[in-house]
Amino acid sequence: MIRRPLRPLARILQARQSGESTEAIERENLRHRHEEMRERLRSRAASRLKFMSLCFFVAFSLIGGQMAVLASSDAEEPTLQAEGGPAPILSDRADITDRNGRILATNMETYSLYAQPQELIDPEYAATELARIFPELDVERLRADFTGDRRFLWIRRQISPEQMQAVHDIGDPGLLFGPRQMRLYPNGPVASHILGGSSYGREGVSSAEVIGVAGVERYFDARLRDPYSPEPLVLSLDLTVQSTLEEVLGSGMQLMNARGASGIILDVHTGEIVAMASLPDFDPNDRPRPPTEGSPADSPLFNRALQGVYELGSVFKIFAAAQALDLGLVNPQTMVETRGPLTYGRFRINDFHDYGPELTVTDVIVESSNIGTSRLALMIGIERQQAFLGSLGLLTPTSVEMAEAPTGRPQTPDNWSDLSLMTISYGHGLAVSPLHLAAAYATIVNGGTLVTPTLLRQDEPEHGERVISPETSDQIRSIMRQVVTRGTASFAEVEGYNVGGKTGSADKPRENGGGYYDDKVISTFSGVFPADDPQYVIVISLDEPVDTSGPIPRRTAGYTAVPVAAEVIRRTAPLMGLRPDVVRWAPESIHQASH
Amino acid sequence: MRGFFYVLMTLSVMGLAFWAYQENYQTQDSLRRVANLHAQIGENRSRLGILNAEWAWLNRPDRLRALSDLNFARLELLPILPDAFGHLSDVPEPLPELAGINDVVELSSQGFSGPINPDEEPL
Repeated sequence: MIRRPLRPLARILQARQSGESTEAIERENLRHRHEEMRERLRSRAASRLKFMSLCFFVAFSLIGGQMAVLASSDAEEPTLQAEGGPAPILSDRADITDRNGRILATNMETYSLYAQPQELIDPEYAATELARIFPELDVERLRADFTGDRRFLWIRRQISPEQMQAVHDIGDPGLLFGPRQMRLYPNGPVASHILGGSSYGREGVSSAEVIGVAGVERYFDARLRDPYSPEPLVLSLDLTVQSTLEEVLGSGMQLMNARGASGIILDVHTGEIVAMASLPDFDPNDRPRPPTEGSPADSPLFNRALQGVYELGSVFKIFAAAQALDLGLVNPQTMVETRGPLTYGRFRINDFHDYGPELTVTDVIVESSNIGTSRLALMIGIERQQAFLGSLGLLTPTSVEMAEAPTGRPQTPDNWSDLSLMTISYGHGLAVSPLHLAAAYATIVNGGTLVTPTLLRQDEPEHGERVISPETSDQIRSIMRQVVTRGTASFAEVEGYNVGGKTGSADKPRENGGGYYDDKVISTFSGVFPADDPQYVIVISLDEPVDTSGPIPRRTAGYTAVPVAAEVIRRTAPLMGLRPDVVRWAPESIHQASH
Repeated sequence: MRGFFYVLMTLSVMGLAFWAYQENYQTQDSLRRVANLHAQIGENRSRLGILNAEWAWLNRPDRLRALSDLNFARLELLPILPDAFGHLSDVPEPLPELAGINDVVELSSQGFSGPINPDEEPL
């Protein structure tokens, strides 16, 4: 800036010449200068003020905005947000309970034991002491590991509190504990096949993943591990019924000298599996390894009720009869020719007994005539039979919520000929699992709507697709009731429960192909109770049973599976709250009560 | 006037500062308490989990069955069978209630004239 002098020489000289006062010039110039300075300061102050007010505006709007955000958002505690939920989650795997809330699988806190050999003070002593606490450890191997150059070593995955204290007492800083969650199945082998089992996935020092390896544990693995759904998984099983079924089935299997057994109790309205057992079974707390040799079907891990597909024999006759009745081809009193043998090509179909020239449709089922059922099948035809069995779900794996469900794939004939048509009508040539059979029976007897078996508790009945008419369902139930009152399943009569059902004794096919065994059968009883007001379907299947109580060994279902099923119904029906329909009191006591 | 205003402002700033300080420490205290409670809840849950697991383990059907078999002589527990269901008429009618005692029975030795046995125990 050029500073203008207060006393410019030109004007001073001029003033001096004219004799004016030079003071006035100086004052005037000074006044100008002051004015300029004032102007400059004023504009600077104005801009500062503007800047300051801008700063204040920004600051206040920030604070105001934050206050508005705080006021409009929900109150949250800052420390909780870090933990990722409304409350700290204890167990990272949800419990599994039965339909009444009784625990089937839960978690326990335990510890794992590991070693950092570099930190060990006295490796020799530690190895000896550890081998004393855990007798299954090899002391030489431990010693080698402890004195070698390993930096880290798992010793035990889970240890009990007593063992932990004993290890503490060794007092070596190189022996360390890590917290572990352990999956516990408090009921031992009860419902073992359904629950499956679990094992550790990725393992760290401070925690380890628990992952399901089979059954429900595996199917619902993601749901059980989801930390946002800590509520227990409620199954449709009833622990008491399940354990009773297993107990009765176990003693029945022993009594009938069977290799294996399976049993299912299914609610006909909801499709809930109330109990499902397969023997032999295992303890999911200590799940055995899959067998490396022999047939997998002989392993206790094999779930006969779900994975075992068998030709189940005469229990299938119900389907042929139901379809023939539903299509209006026959009625229960229609006479069907049963003169044998029925020949097809070089194949002959025979009956167990000779039932004479003809029987009614009802009696074909009650007496279990293969020839009669084959004649019904011939009336139905291949396409309609395939469509009907398909609509009952007998040609595809079940959709039950278990990891093994897809492996229970029915075996259908490669070429569905007229011969297959006839043999399938009495249960040969199409192999399905007992669970398929239970679901199909439930569909037939519940009034004719499709039942999809499920392992989750349902609150209301399933309204499935209609497969047969309610009238046909009534007729079939009446026929099934007669099978028990005057037919092959007479031992299934349980007073008060109006059991209806059908037996099936199917010769086992030889493993290497080429025909069937003469002395090995799968004997099955599939029934409904009470027949007049259907509530539950029961399927009991025994593998190679033989009843040796009589003079000749008996293998048919009527003498093997049926008595076991009757005992199961006698024991479980009261547990499920079914009241026997028996007139137990004499008329005079009614008189006493009438008031 | 201005001096009074300054004093008022200073006092109010001091008051607000004190209030903010108090709030801050109260909040920290509450947060600590909440964290503590959460830790307690966690511990209690874990205890509850273990107790539930123990309950389920002790009540497992196999064990109950074995125990009831073992103690059959005393408990006589049997599986529930269909004949365990009764009917309402099987329940006996309750006895009619006793009528209230209205007639007072006088018990007194007044006017008793028989021999008095001094050895007799008083009733």
